[in-house]
Amino acid sequence: MLAAREVVVRFGERTVLDRVSLEVATGEVVALLGPSGVGKSTLLRVLAGLLVADGGSVWLDDRDITDLPSHRRNIGLVFQDEQLFPHLTVAQNVGFGLRMRRSDRAAVAARVDELLVLVGLPEFGQRSVVTLSGGEAKRVALARSLAPRPAVLLLDEPLTGLDRDLHDRLVGELADVLRATGTTALLVTHDHDEAAAIATRTITL
Amino acid sequence: MDRDRAALNRLPRWLVPALAALPVMGLGVFFAWPLGTLLARVVRPSSVVDALRTPGLGGVLWFTLWQAVASTVLTLVAGFAPAYLLARYRFAGRRALMALVTVPFMLPTVVVGAAFLALLPQSWHGTGRAVVLAHVFFNIAVVVRLVGALWAVLPADLTAAARTLGASRTQVLRHVVLPLLRPALWAAATVVFLFTFTAFGTVRLLGGAANPTLEVEIARRATQLGDVDGAAVLSVLQLVALATVVWWSSRWQRRAAVPFDAPVGARRARSRNERRLLLFGAGATAAVMATPLLVMVSRSFRLGGAWSLRGWRTLSTAEVRPGLSLGVDPLASLTASLRFALVAATVAVVAGGLAAFAITSARRHGRWLDVGLMLPLGTSAVTIGLGLLITFDSAPFDWRAEWWLIPVGHALVATPFVVRALLPVLRSIPADQRAAAAVLGASPLRAWWAIDVRRLAGPLLGSAGLAAAISLGEFGATTFLTRAGRDTMPISIARLLARTGEVPRAQGFALATVLLVATATVIVLADRRGVLDVGRA
Amino acid sequence: MSVVRRSRRRSIRRPIAVGLALALVATIAACGDDSSPSTDPAAITLVAYDSFPKADTPLNEALAEFTANTGIAVSVVSAGDTGTMVTKAALTAGNPEGDVMWGVDNTWLSAALDGTIFDGDPAQVDFGDVCLNYDIAWFAERSLAPPATLDDLLLPEYADLLVVQNPGSSSPGLAFLLATVAEYGPDGWRSYWTALRDNGVEVVDSWDIAYYERFSGAAGSDGPKPLVVSYASSPPAEVLFADPPRNDAPTGVVPATCFRQVEYAGVLRGTDHPTEAGQLLEFLQSQRFQQELPLTLFVYPIDPATPLPDAFTQFSVIADNPYTVEPAVIAANREQWQDQWTEIVLR
Repeated sequence: MLAAREVVVRFGERTVLDRVSLEVATGEVVALLGPSGVGKSTLLRVLAGLLVADGGSVWLDDRDITDLPSHRRNIGLVFQDEQLFPHLTVAQNVGFGLRMRRSDRAAVAARVDELLVLVGLPEFGQRSVVTLSGGEAKRVALARSLAPRPAVLLLDEPLTGLDRDLHDRLVGELADVLRATGTTALLVTHDHDEAAAIATRTITL
Repeated sequence: MDRDRAALNRLPRWLVPALAALPVMGLGVFFAWPLGTLLARVVRPSSVVDALRTPGLGGVLWFTLWQAVASTVLTLVAGFAPAYLLARYRFAGRRALMALVTVPFMLPTVVVGAAFLALLPQSWHGTGRAVVLAHVFFNIAVVVRLVGALWAVLPADLTAAARTLGASRTQVLRHVVLPLLRPALWAAATVVFLFTFTAFGTVRLLGGAANPTLEVEIARRATQLGDVDGAAVLSVLQLVALATVVWWSSRWQRRAAVPFDAPVGARRARSRNERRLLLFGAGATAAVMATPLLVMVSRSFRLGGAWSLRGWRTLSTAEVRPGLSLGVDPLASLTASLRFALVAATVAVVAGGLAAFAITSARRHGRWLDVGLMLPLGTSAVTIGLGLLITFDSAPFDWRAEWWLIPVGHALVATPFVVRALLPVLRSIPADQRAAAAVLGASPLRAWWAIDVRRLAGPLLGSAGLAAAISLGEFGATTFLTRAGRDTMPISIARLLARTGEVPRAQGFALATVLLVATATVIVLADRRGVLDVGRA
Repeated sequence: MSVVRRSRRRSIRRPIAVGLALALVATIAACGDDSSPSTDPAAITLVAYDSFPKADTPLNEALAEFTANTGIAVSVVSAGDTGTMVTKAALTAGNPEGDVMWGVDNTWLSAALDGTIFDGDPAQVDFGDVCLNYDIAWFAERSLAPPATLDDLLLPEYADLLVVQNPGSSSPGLAFLLATVAEYGPDGWRSYWTALRDNGVEVVDSWDIAYYERFSGAAGSDGPKPLVVSYASSPPAEVLFADPPRNDAPTGVVPATCFRQVEYAGVLRGTDHPTEAGQLLEFLQSQRFQQELPLTLFVYPIDPATPLPDAFTQFSVIADNPYTVEPAVIAANREQWQDQWTEIVLR
């Protein structure tokens, strides 16, 4: 279970997050809704350890992880602009998290294949990420985040900016993948329909 | 400024000192220490006053300054279009054109200078404008490479977005492209300014007797008048002036740095207009850069007003004809040059790579290292050479007769180039790349390794090639060190060209052609992984 | 830190990395051998200017004979041009870079002596004259006799025909200036140069620009000027290095304009091998060594009895009464004279 308790973030004069609390229970897929600029992405970054808050705390399964660096939290994050590593292939991107945990090669290869199949890109391992289309890139980003089996997966507007058909297709696929892997997830979006389709619960900030 | 928002994922504190240790030590031992020793040994308060009271010093300073500024501005302007063409378009002969543009920069003036001079009308000989023109020719590579490297990673969509908002092409250039290119423009301007301010061969050859710069004056004092303390004082004056310029400009480079996402890479020309533009631009650049080189090469085939291969046929031995030998073994000097280049490139890449990482990781304090590494470029080779001579003259530092001092001297000059080439690339990596690695379980150190270091593999190799090419053509520092064993090619060429007689002269130009080809080959090989294509693995 | 360095090599493609690493190791090993400072007690170093050959010439063969006869190995190091060489020696006096120095000329002798770089007196080892050279064919075509003295250069028929080098940057340029000082005295030389400037003298920065770009007599040159300041050994060199070979010299020397440059060699103060150095110095003055000087360094042996190659006797002259200036006088005044010359001629 992931919890934010009384998180405060101020940028200069502006208070972006004012004692915000939320909880995501294990197995839940929670959608965080709200208009642009309200602080949703900021909250995600605090949860991921990428941003230090001015007040409050972050808890994971009864452990206070507020001061824990990102790489030890086992909390994944799918970025809005994917942030794939351009100098690595698709397979190398997807297997990155496992290699960081020093899994052996065979295990990594197997898991990479498994995930590529899961996101519908079975033959894409050796491709260079610079050549991927928008939809393919998003799928690879998702696969990459899921590969190391994070305790919680955060998604920062993962499907924003796609055309309607692709968007709708990916919404369904994302919902399926999250359910199939039993991932606990917190999804930030401004699209109510998207939230309804993917999430088990919706919060508005 | 707010608290440190990324405090949880900071790199370990020992990383920057560890990275910076080697380059700082190298700079300290082989630059600061010799310079300090020389100053301590020869400078007295009276010599400072005397040197500064030299008649005509004001005029020399003024000329040095204006020709450097003019050269810098004109080189930036001249190199802008070639940088664009080479960075954004893929076309047949692209690498050859890049090598052609780069080669004059690497070659010593003694090699191409006479050919360049011969192409100018007589009324231009011995004038300041000839000096400026020559500087543009020799330094255009700096602009093309440094600006081109950043231009290559500008997302194409930015200009497209501006166009759709109604901006004309000029407005796009002014309001979108130029501001984004600013760090590279400043970097290129700094390097060109440094080079033109401290230029020696070009100034003497093209400016003639009436147009000395500070560097020429320093060399004259040290080697013509035996006035080492005066030379040392002027050298410090020069160094302080240049250090100030570099310090101030590095501010602009950092402030203006904007991170970009994964680059799209160069593309082929699409429309007919684009193709025509490309053909014209590339063709004009190639013609301008190639002409002096071709003149130089043609001189190796001319003997007594007729075409002959004699200069080439005698190249493999030191003998001109039976019993008549010059003691210059051209092919042996080729081997000597290549060996030195290999060592110098290794040292420069290791030191420069470590320094580039240290500078980007150290945020504010990185500037000190950045400026420090540029200082050897702003110091007269005369003072460095003399300093090395009197510093390393007794055990346990009795190194002045060691062969490796020469490639170390080359590396002092080449390292700043490696750093200059790598910094914009490193700074263009978006912060979120490291964040992505962090949330995948990479500790800050491993993230740094996997992102920053791995992404730099290609550019590092390219920089090694540049460092090797710089070493091949290095003349100033090398002449100033006392040399045992085989001379390098530039030294041998200078010796051949200084002899009376057409055969040695033709040999000199033939060896110069060999140097030209060797340098061009190294550059082409270094660019194979694409110095400008940073997106590729 | 070693992790960083080692792994960076791994990121390069492996075979290339291995190949380059091997080349590097081989280089270091080989370069180390080339110039290893000898711990052998009978090995000394000769410090000379850049144009002194380090290998492959008869001069070096003579040195090899010296080694064979005495067991003393000699390695030659290049220390730059003469001025640079002397400056370095003065800075390292007492802890020199080598054991014997070759090539201090009379314009530098005073500085060398003041810097106490030598152990004992240096010895004269060769001389060369800096003289006016003229293009024989050019004058013959116009049925004009070439100038015979320095005064002649001021005559209207020789206007705009002469190219000289800046004495501040060129050794022959300085020598020519000193010749005029010797002829017209320390006060009169200035008015000579004013007149020379008015008669259209061209000034360039270095000898090779003057000789190869501006002088019409140099083989392969398109230069327009038939008069240049160069060496007495230039015409023989033109003959010897001509292609195709020739039997006549294209240029001649004007003996009445020659300035004598004498070169000295000496044992350096502070050497670890004074006895061996002394032996080498003697050998450098011996005929066995001296006879190789003309064809290698294009200077004349100091002993007039040494046989000269034909090209030298046929195509050049040794001036009977060349101009000279005392080394001490040169040292005391050279900077001032150069500055005054610049004022008169260049501004």
